Amino acid sequence: MDPAFTLLTLGLLAAATAAMSLRHLVACALCLVAVFLAGAGLFLHLGAEFLAFAQVLVYVGAISILIVFALLLTRTRGAESAPLCARPRGWGLAVAGGVTGLLLAAVGTARLPAGAAPPRPAVPVRELGLELMSRQVPALLVVGLLLTAALIGAVVLALREPPAGGEKEPPA
Amino acid sequence: MSPLERYLVVAALLFGIGLAGALTRRNAILALAGIELMLTAVNLNLIAFWRHGGHDAGAAGLVFVLFVIAVAAAETAVGLALIIALFRHRRTVHLDEADQLRG
Repeated sequence: MDPAFTLLTLGLLAAATAAMSLRHLVACALCLVAVFLAGAGLFLHLGAEFLAFAQVLVYVGAISILIVFALLLTRTRGAESAPLCARPRGWGLAVAGGVTGLLLAAVGTARLPAGAAPPRPAVPVRELGLELMSRQVPALLVVGLLLTAALIGAVVLALREPPAGGEKEPPA
Repeated sequence: MSPLERYLVVAALLFGIGLAGALTRRNAILALAGIELMLTAVNLNLIAFWRHGGHDAGAAGLVFVLFVIAVAAAETAVGLALIIALFRHRRTVHLDEADQLRG
């Protein structure tokens, strides 16, 4: 088996397990960064260079930092001793295990294309850009609108509300 | 095991870990992180099928993944803003303590 694939996969799964099970929240966020980096490595291994860089820029650069900021903004006392799980943990783990088993069974029984087929050659960024700017223009515009709406909505949600009575907050 | 199957198995395991985190963690931010892990697993599946699927669909798989990344970024921004608004009102980010629709 390919050593790069094995290493990346082991790192990915170990970091994902740690991110979802550790108690220390900043450690969880750092493990999440490792998961996204290993994911970008797997994208590179699959020949999707542009998406690997997009993954590093968006997930490692932006989303992880956003998560760390949210963790620091919402820090409370007593978080170190509070229980990790809300409901009995077994139910969630059983559901997740069941879904994973179902997926693995589906992969095992599916009639996939033979492994001997040569993999598709990598698509150059130029071709990807032409595809986005020719056939996928409506979808690209919709995604742009969605992002704009979501970011304006996020700013409105996170804004500090004026105190009751409609009066403006006095300047600090 | 063919290369495609290997990637599908890895993606299924990553999806399962993310689902377990989203279902069991009490902190809303880590539940959101679990959803991000599930989306990464989906992206891995899409790229693996694009690379080893044996179809001639151009760059469609890559374009799908680009759009999934954009939608995931929007979802995270709104989700974290909601969590911060929740924290301002209730002084908690624990999902089991946010069980009322009343503000």
